[in-house]
Amino acid sequence: MNWLDTKRIFRAGLLDFWRNGFVSFASVLMMVFTLFVIGLAMFTGVVLGSTLEEFRNKADMNVYFTTDAPEANILALRDSLITLPQVESVAYFSREEALAAFRERHQNDQLTLQALEELGQNPLGAVLNIKAKDISQYELIANFLRGQQALGEGEPQIIEKINYYDEGHRRAIDLLAQYTNTAQLIALVMVGFFVLMTVAISFNTLRLAIYSSRDEIQVMRLVGAGRTYIRAPFVVEGVLYGLIAAVITLLLLYPLAWWLGNSTESFFGGVNVFTYFITHFLLFFAVITGSGVALGAVASFLAVRRYLKI
Amino acid sequence: MIYYDRVSKIYPDDSVALDEVSFSVEPGEFISIVGHSGAGKTTLVKMLLAEEKPTSGSVFFESVNVHDISRNAINTLRRKIGTVFQDFKLLPQKTAYENVAFAMEAAGRSEHEIASDVPHVLKLVDLGEKMNNFPDELSGGEQQRVAIARAIVNQPDVIVADEPTGNLDPVNTFEVVQILKKINDLGTTVILTTHNKGVIDSLKKRVVTLDRGKVVRDDREGKYIL
Repeated sequence: MNWLDTKRIFRAGLLDFWRNGFVSFASVLMMVFTLFVIGLAMFTGVVLGSTLEEFRNKADMNVYFTTDAPEANILALRDSLITLPQVESVAYFSREEALAAFRERHQNDQLTLQALEELGQNPLGAVLNIKAKDISQYELIANFLRGQQALGEGEPQIIEKINYYDEGHRRAIDLLAQYTNTAQLIALVMVGFFVLMTVAISFNTLRLAIYSSRDEIQVMRLVGAGRTYIRAPFVVEGVLYGLIAAVITLLLLYPLAWWLGNSTESFFGGVNVFTYFITHFLLFFAVITGSGVALGAVASFLAVRRYLKI
Repeated sequence: MIYYDRVSKIYPDDSVALDEVSFSVEPGEFISIVGHSGAGKTTLVKMLLAEEKPTSGSVFFESVNVHDISRNAINTLRRKIGTVFQDFKLLPQKTAYENVAFAMEAAGRSEHEIASDVPHVLKLVDLGEKMNNFPDELSGGEQQRVAIARAIVNQPDVIVADEPTGNLDPVNTFEVVQILKKINDLGTTVILTTHNKGVIDSLKKRVVTLDRGKVVRDDREGKYIL
C-alpha cells in the first residue's frame, strides 16, 4: 500500500465518521460504556488489592518470652526466624519497650497503671513480633518455634506464650485467609464477566454499524476496489470511535475518582483512588486507549470481512 | 472478446437459471440481452463480473477464464468492465463527484487525473452543476447518469448495463439509452440487459433473447420478440 492509498483511506475513514453522524455517536457511546466498565474494573482491582493487603498486614504473630529469658537467646531465635523463607519480618521488643508500650496503651487507665506501680518491677517479658509473607504460613512458623522449644529440652523454657496457639486467633487468621482468597476470586470473576459483556455489546454495535454499509461494500467490490482498500477506512473509523471514547472515558473517570477518593481511603483504608488515578494516569491512559483502539479495530476488521466475500 | 461457453447455473433448490448458454461478444459491439424477469439476464452479468460461479461451462474475457483467476486479477478485471445497475448502487455517503472519483481511486489513479477527469465525465452526462450533491439530492435519472459516469470514467473496455432503465420514466430512459449509444459509438463494447421493448426496438442492434435460461434467438439487428 502506497502513501496515496494510505492518505485516501484515512480521508475516507474520517469523512465516513463525520457523515454517519448518528451511527458514529451511538458507537462511541457504547464504547464509552465499555471503557468505563474497564476503568471501574481497574479501580475495583486497586481498592480490593489494597484492602486485602491491609487485612493481611494486620495478621501477625507475637511470641511472648518469660521475664527471665536471656536477651541473647531471644536474639538468636530472632536471627534464625529471619532466615526462614516464610518470614517477612521479625521485630524485637525488649522488656523495657514492652513496658513502655503497655503504659502508652493504658495511659488513660489509672487503675491498671497504679497496679503496675504497686508490683514494683517489670512483669512483662520481651516480645518478638513476626509477620509472615502469607497468612497461610503462620502454621509453619509456629511449627518451627515448637521445634526450637523441643530442641532445648532440659533447658528452661524461654517462650511463655505464642499468640498463634490461641485457637480463636488461629481460626480468625485461617478464616481471613479463606475470605480474602474467595473475595478476590469472586471479584475477579464478576469484573471479568462485566468487561466481557460490555465488550460483546460494543462489538455488536460496530457490527450493526457496518451491516448498514453492506451494500456500499458490495458496490466497492464491483468497481474493482481491493479488499484492503475497502476494509481499511472502516478500521480507521473503528479506531476513531475507540480514541474518542477513550478520551471521554478518561474525562469521566477523573471526577468519579475525585468523588470516590476520600471515601475509599476512609472506608477501605490504605488507598485513595483519586491519588492512584493521578499517579497512575499513564497506566489508565494506556489501558483505556489501548482497549478502545483494539476493540474498534478488531470489531471493524471482523465485521467487514463478512461482506467482502463477493 | 467475451465468450460464454456452454454456461449453466443451477441453484441449490434445483432451479435452473442458465442452461448451456453459449454466445460471444465482439469488441465494439452493442448487444442487448432480453427476456422476461427470471430468464437469467442478471445471472449472465454476474458471471462476467465473477460475482457468481457457473455450475458448468466457462466465461472468458479476453481469452481468460474469469472464474479461474486470483482475487487481485478479479479486481483488475472489474476495473476493465464498467457496470450500471437498475438500482444505481451509488455510495450514499459520497457526493456525485466522490462516487465517480472512488472508481478512479480504486484503480490507483493519481489525484491530478481524478481532478481533471471526474468533472469532465460528469459534464458529459450533464451533471456538471450537481457534482457536489449527494445521491439522495438527485432524481432517479440523475443518479443513473452518475452511475454511468462512474462506469465510464476509467475508460473500460466494456460497459455492462443491467436493467439501467428499469426505475426510470420514459424521458430519462431515452436519455440513458442515448448516452449508452454515444459510449458505444466511441468504441466501447456495451452489454445491455433489459425487458423494455421500446428501447430494444429503437436501438436496431444485436439482440440475444433468453427464455427460461436458454438462448432462444440471436439476431444481428433484432427486435424484442418473445
